[in-house]
This record gives sequence, C-alpha cells and structure tokens, in this order.
Amino acid sequence: MLFSDLIFETFSSLSANKSRSFLTILGIVIGIGSVIAMVAIGQGSAKNITSNIQSLGTNLLVVTPGSQKTVGTMVKGGFGSATTLTLEDSDAIKEKVNYIQEVAPTVSSRKQVTNTKGDNNNISVYGITASYQAVKSILVDLGSFITDQHVTRVSKVAVIGPTTRDDLFGEGVDPTGQKIRISNLEFTIIGVTKSKGGTGLSNSDDIVYIPISTAQQYILGSKSVSNINVQVTQENLMTQTQQEITDLLLIRHNISDPTGADFTIVNQADIMSAMSSVTGTLTLLLASIAGISLLVGGIGIMNMMLTTVTERTREIGLRKSLGAKNKDINYQFLAESVALTFIGGIIGIFIGWLAAWLISKFGGATTVVSVSSIFYAFGVSAAIGIIFGYYPARRAAKLNPIEALRFE
Amino acid sequence: MIKCENIIKIYQTGDTEVEVLKNVSFEIKKGEFVAIIGPSGSGKSTLMHILGALDRPTSGSYFLNGKNMLELSDDELAEIRSQRIGFVFQSFNLLSRTTVLRNVMLPLIYDKKVAKEQRQQKAQKVLLASGLEKDRWQHLSNQLSGGQMQRVAIARALVNDPDLILADEPTGNLDSKTGDIVLNTFQKLNREQGHTIILITHERYVAEHADRVIEIKDGVIFADRQTENLLKNK
Repeated sequence: MLFSDLIFETFSSLSANKSRSFLTILGIVIGIGSVIAMVAIGQGSAKNITSNIQSLGTNLLVVTPGSQKTVGTMVKGGFGSATTLTLEDSDAIKEKVNYIQEVAPTVSSRKQVTNTKGDNNNISVYGITASYQAVKSILVDLGSFITDQHVTRVSKVAVIGPTTRDDLFGEGVDPTGQKIRISNLEFTIIGVTKSKGGTGLSNSDDIVYIPISTAQQYILGSKSVSNINVQVTQENLMTQTQQEITDLLLIRHNISDPTGADFTIVNQADIMSAMSSVTGTLTLLLASIAGISLLVGGIGIMNMMLTTVTERTREIGLRKSLGAKNKDINYQFLAESVALTFIGGIIGIFIGWLAAWLISKFGGATTVVSVSSIFYAFGVSAAIGIIFGYYPARRAAKLNPIEALRFE
Repeated sequence: MIKCENIIKIYQTGDTEVEVLKNVSFEIKKGEFVAIIGPSGSGKSTLMHILGALDRPTSGSYFLNGKNMLELSDDELAEIRSQRIGFVFQSFNLLSRTTVLRNVMLPLIYDKKVAKEQRQQKAQKVLLASGLEKDRWQHLSNQLSGGQMQRVAIARALVNDPDLILADEPTGNLDSKTGDIVLNTFQKLNREQGHTIILITHERYVAEHADRVIEIKDGVIFADRQTENLLKNK
C-alpha cells in the first residue's frame, strides 16, 4: 500500500462520517488548545517575574543592614531603621573584594516632593552615586544622570523618573533645568530616566534620584546607607563574592559569630531561582489540568476508532480478501486516528494561540506562546493518535477475514 | 492448476469437534468453469475459503499453481489473494460512498506489482469486459442496482488478472433475470478470455451454467460430473 493510497483512504473514510470525525477532532482541539493557552499563561508569568527581577540589575548582590535572622523578610532599610552600613563599608568592598564590577551604595526614603507650583507628591527619594546607573541599567531619556562630581560637590541636583515627571510637570514635558523641592530644599532637575515598567514596590519610574552625599548631609543627617548594591563581574562568581563580602564586613564590624551578623546579603540569583521554581510549578500545574482534557480527547479518539472498527468489520474482511495484509489494515486505522489528532492538533494550536492572545489583550495577564510549546503540543497530539489508535487498529488487523465477511 | 488432496477441516467449538470437510480430493485444470454445489452446512463455504486462501485446512494439501498453500505465512497468503485470486460475493461487498472506478481499483492498492499510473487503465479494461455502461463508472456504488453492483464486483475480481475467480453465491441477492445476466457474464469470461472460475451455489439451476459440477454433501464429494453445457459448447 502506497503512502498516497493511505492518505486517500484515510481522508475518504474520515469524511464519510463528518459529524463524528468533527466531534472527535473537537475533543483534541480543546485538549491541545487549553494546553497551549495554559502553558502560555504560566510562561508569561514566569517571563514577567524574570524581567521584573532583571530590571533590578544583573549579577547583583544587595547588602542591607539588619540581622541575618530576618533572611527572607528583606528588611527595607530606610532612614531611621538599622544603620549598621556606611559608605566606608561600601568603599572597602570595592577595594578589597575580587571580581567586583561596580558598587553602588544608596540611601532611600519617601519624602514630600513639590514642584514650583506647589503640587506635592510623596515619592521615593534615592541618594545614589554615579555607579548606580550602571548597576541598575538605568537609561536616561532627557538630560543626564548624576555624576561623581555631583556627589563630591554635594550638588543639589535631581534626576526624576518618567512617572514623577508626568505627575509634577505633565506628560512629555522636558523638565530639565526646572526646580523641585524635597524637604524644603531646592533641587535642579538635570535629567529624566527612561521607563523601566516596574510595578509595585520595585517601581523605578516614580522616583527621584539625588547625589548620595547631598541626601546624607541635608536630608538624612547620618553617614549610614540603606543598602549597598554590588555588581559582580560574572554570574558564576556570585556565591564566592557573597562569601568574601560577608567575611570582610564581619571583620569590619568586629563580629566573630557569623550568625550574629548585623547585615544581610541577598543574592539576586537566589530570588530568581526561587521565583522561577514557583512559576515552573505554576506552569506544570496549569499544563497538567489542561493535560487531563487532552487525555479525555484521546479516549474520545479511541472510542470512535473502536466503534469504527466494529462498523466496518465487513469492509475489513473485504480488504483482507482482496489481498490486504494485517499491517495494511493496521496502518489504515492508525492513520485515521493520527489524522484526527493531527488536524485537531493544528486547530488546537491555533485556538490556544488565539486564547492566549485574548487573555493578554483583555485578561491583563502576560502570556507567552513559545515555539517549543507548539512543537511539544504537536508531538503530544501525534503521540495520542498513535497510543489511542493502536489498540483499535490492532483489533481491526487481527480480525479473521472469514468471520469479518460474514459479519452483519 | 488446483490440486486438493485429502483435505480435512475440523472446527472446534468448546469441547465439540465438528468435521466440516472429510477427506476431500479433486483437481481443477486451467480454464475450467466449475460449480461446487451443496446444501447449506455441506462444507462448500469452508471449501471456498480454503480455495480462496482465506483459511487453512486442518490436514491435507492444497496446491495452487504448484505452490503448497499450507506452507505459506498469513502475509504470503494475502499476497496470493492479491495477485492470483478474485472474489465475487453474494452481497457484492462494494465500498459505499465510493465511485465504481475506485471500487474496481481497490485490489490494486494492495498489489505492489501494479504501478499507480496503470490502475485506471486496468480498471477501465475490466469494466468494459464486465459490461457495465460507461456512464456509470463515476457513480457511487450505492447508486447502482443489484445487477450493476455485481458487475462492478466482477470487474473488481478481474482487475488484478487472477488465475482463479471464486464466486460465492453470486446470484443469491439478485432476481432471476439479472442473475442470468451475471451467470452469462461468467460464461463469457470463461469461454472468451479463458478465466478459471469456481462458482459456489446451492441452486442446481445456477450450477448448470458451469461446465463441470462438483456436488458436496456432509463434507464429502459424492458426485463430480460434466454438464450438458460443456458438450453443447464444444
């Protein structure tokens, strides 16, 4: 039997019973479609979280003041909270620890920020150094970023985020050169950052950056820093560097017992892997729920094929008497079930893709339809055709031609 | 061409053994038109299945063109059916919702020796021989009358140019007039084209269309004679 004959026989027998073929295909369409859509939601949320974490900077270690006993709660150091870290610690890390790209100490607090018209907003104010830009991969939209000179001269200059600019000056306005007041001190705006699209606490668009020295001197009145962002040269050196910083700071702070450390180092990779394991589990959960409907679709195929084999017993007997070998009959019925899942798979991929698109458009969730999930779904649907078609096809092939011909 | 020696067929149902064929031996030469006649339960259908390579005897030997059919595997028997034997059934057994032409070409898809391009041509040739009007060739098989369907079935049996045509009660579902047409078609195929035909029937009238009648009863041959037909036509 030629392959082209197989295709012809398959499609003529499938089209002989259109409504039944359609319903069986529908089962597979729903199965494959929901797998594609669910995996798209899972992968979309994974991508969302990953890009959120990556927007914080790459290869980043964050040293925060506060006891290591509070690991996991991520103490938010602001003015007035734990003040165990200083600029000297930051300098020491830069000088003594290997494999360090950049060190960016920051101080931060929420402050009333007013424009010249008197509109006032409660905004995060970050005291930073020039290296902060590189560490956090901040891009400047208008004007320029804070430089080392600004820090050494304790300049009263500010760089604002796009949301802050929109709130204080209006959308699209170039505010460089204008003044804002933070805690009744006047600052000149020298730049606006590009939007990073962060959300919630990590929103880096609604923010005011000022030189760290200015913040410490005029706003904080203290030499302590809120945290030290350390960028490591290579990802695989992060753990080692984390250890070196811990050792260095323990010595500097005269602490002999590591469990009594007055600082915490959070490794960005740790957060990332924790988050990706969460999203991985989520994706798996969604996919397995959808997988159940795929399984039901597969059972539908088997049901239909078994009915077909019984209905076409005489035809099978005839084909055998005309010289069809067992394998010819086997292939014919297997081809029918594979064709059903194949067609169902293609439509299902399309429907799933459409569903994912609609969800991201109207449902507010990010969805990602990856090429691998399409190939995977395709492979699975073909496999279902073979697995659930195998038993009916074998039953057809094993029919005794004499009894099959007598069958009424 | 056909040589059956001491064929015994025993069916086992549960504990009881039924001996359907008891030591049947006969020979059929190339070009003969033979009717095997017997009442129902005589074993004639079982004999047809064995002759048609659909079944194997319990013991004995069956040679088709000098080949011992007992030594062949299932797949080899399928190949024999595909290339050497053409079946005509009582209930036609055409594929419904399929054109006449496609029905006639069906055996060829299982025959590796026939190229795809030759199929159409071969099918047209045998359809002409079967006497079915040309304007029916593209009709679906379920749009035909019984006599037309049986002629399609005959064409299908001829399409792979078999050594042997086995017809199992070919007139059983037809009225006597169309039955006669079908029987005349068999006679023509035998006389004009030299096909070897075995006709299985329980009707004496049908059997008399053949040149030779083998009568079978209770699993044994009790008569094997030439009919008047043969004398008349030679």
